[in-house]
Amino acid sequence: MIQTVTKIAMPVDETLRIVKNRIGSGQGKRISIVTGTHGDELEGQAVCFEVARRLQECPELLSGTVDIYPALNPLGIDSITRGIPGFDLDMNRIFPGTEDGAMTEYIASKIVGDIAGSDVCIDIHASNIFLREIPQVRINTQTSKELVPLAKYLNVDFVWVHAAATVLESTLAYSLNSIGTPTLVVEMGVGMRITREYCMQLTEGIFSLMKHMGIWSGEAGEPRKPIISTDGQVQFINAAASGIFIPQVEHTKQVRKDDYIGDIVSPHEGRVVERILSPCDGMVFTLREYPVVDEGSLIARILEV
Amino acid sequence: MERKIIYELKSLYRDSFRVTGFEFGQGEKSACIVGALRGNEVQQLYTCSQLVRALKRLEAEGHVREGKSILVIPSVNTHSMNIKKRFWPTDNTDINRMFPGYDLGETTQRIAAGLFETIKDYKNGIQFASFYIPGVFVPHVRMMKTGYENVDMAREFGLPYIVLREPRPYDTTTLNYNWQVWESNAFSLYAGTTDRIDYGDVTLSVNAVLNFLRKEDIIEHSAFVHEGYIASVVEESALVHVQTAAAGIIDRFVAPGTNVTRGDVLSCVLDPYDGSVRSEIVAPADGVVFFAQEEPLVYANAAVYRLIRG
Repeated sequence: MIQTVTKIAMPVDETLRIVKNRIGSGQGKRISIVTGTHGDELEGQAVCFEVARRLQECPELLSGTVDIYPALNPLGIDSITRGIPGFDLDMNRIFPGTEDGAMTEYIASKIVGDIAGSDVCIDIHASNIFLREIPQVRINTQTSKELVPLAKYLNVDFVWVHAAATVLESTLAYSLNSIGTPTLVVEMGVGMRITREYCMQLTEGIFSLMKHMGIWSGEAGEPRKPIISTDGQVQFINAAASGIFIPQVEHTKQVRKDDYIGDIVSPHEGRVVERILSPCDGMVFTLREYPVVDEGSLIARILEV
Repeated sequence: MERKIIYELKSLYRDSFRVTGFEFGQGEKSACIVGALRGNEVQQLYTCSQLVRALKRLEAEGHVREGKSILVIPSVNTHSMNIKKRFWPTDNTDINRMFPGYDLGETTQRIAAGLFETIKDYKNGIQFASFYIPGVFVPHVRMMKTGYENVDMAREFGLPYIVLREPRPYDTTTLNYNWQVWESNAFSLYAGTTDRIDYGDVTLSVNAVLNFLRKEDIIEHSAFVHEGYIASVVEESALVHVQTAAAGIIDRFVAPGTNVTRGDVLSCVLDPYDGSVRSEIVAPADGVVFFAQEEPLVYANAAVYRLIRG
């Protein structure tokens, strides 16, 4: 059933609604699937569709509640804007919001209030337009003990346990985790695109997790065993010069130290300005998708194993 | 005066990105003034230009104290300014969320690192800041309560108000916060507007910095500069937020600095199609209008005014 989480009047003849699809009885354990915080991240759209489709095909196999929030930032999705249009504001930096705050803060507080109490929340992101990511769960060290065991059901390739940064305290996931709603952040694919293979992979994982929670009695495959970042070290490759990046390596591939990652070229001069080699043996789990780079732009991340 | 390039980044098709500074005097790093960190901070850029002009004259007349140096950096984001964008042109990141920076990191982290390496050792750091909601403030000094803040020094600017606020999570990556961590006396000056110039507030802000530099014995004045105000200290948490009850077109009746009485109608929100009044925005308390949002179209729950309770 489509429900309105919150709504607010826009200045000229329009109402902004944040909606969710509640599937199931509203009883028992509850999983919330959330996406669309950044308007240019669309991989989660295909996951929401596929989860809703499968559940609606076999409703008798669901014994709990699945809440699907497909668009926390509908104005952003509609206008191909990463942040909240009109505010130039990253929505994932305003949580938990306040009920008596500005429109954006008010919406953020209503969203947190609605998701709060879920047994698990999956917050699906799709990197940005610049970088392609393998399906991964990102977890703050502060919550890793509780969340890493849950992340292993999500059928992702990689679980990145990263250091706490104060700036991340304004994210939806941090806000929910801090009030006792376990929230897993998924990053996968690339902005403005849908990578069908990844979306299906995560969908399988969500059903595995639901089975583990005891709310899904249908089929669910055995989740793949992810690499945990604590098994190795993440190496960053940043551009040493501005130019156009032309990759020579495939995303997700294993590389050896000094393997050829790609070139940064100057098209008008017909010159390679930087030849990029791998700093270590490992897996390329992040790879630059958007060709134009400034000095410092992230080119790749490699999990050194 | 010495004009120097503090940081440079080569671009593929545009001119190099340069952060340019203007240094006055020689010796102890006494004060650094930073203008626009965002591309739309035109008021902040213009204020710095007028400060450079004033200091150039003061230096030529021998009024910069012996053994003291002042650095003014009018803009840290010329590439965004020239294309009328607030944040970094390619990835839309905010340089003022990147401090202290990382010289091997992403582009704006490198810019922040390059800038901070030059300015972190100044005894006093002054930033002309702006607010993310378009609007006008009564000019004031804003300080975070980090334990390092020095309210008595903030009074030396002679601006009408000093606002104290608790740090928020993102503040740890701002210039002001990092200046404080590096033991500079850090002050954020809100010079009224952002993307348009208010000449009166520019004069007030330039005089405020000159007052501060004089009271800190970094310069002496050659001409009369108004001493300014005896500042009132206000906690940000005590500001009264006045919000819209309805969305529409706003008709404003009061400007920043106006004294209002509880029950005064501050503005009306009108139906954008027929002009009828959707809601009146009424002062919930006696006080002074400290901030007024400027956009003509407003959402419901939008904070359109902030009052200092009288």
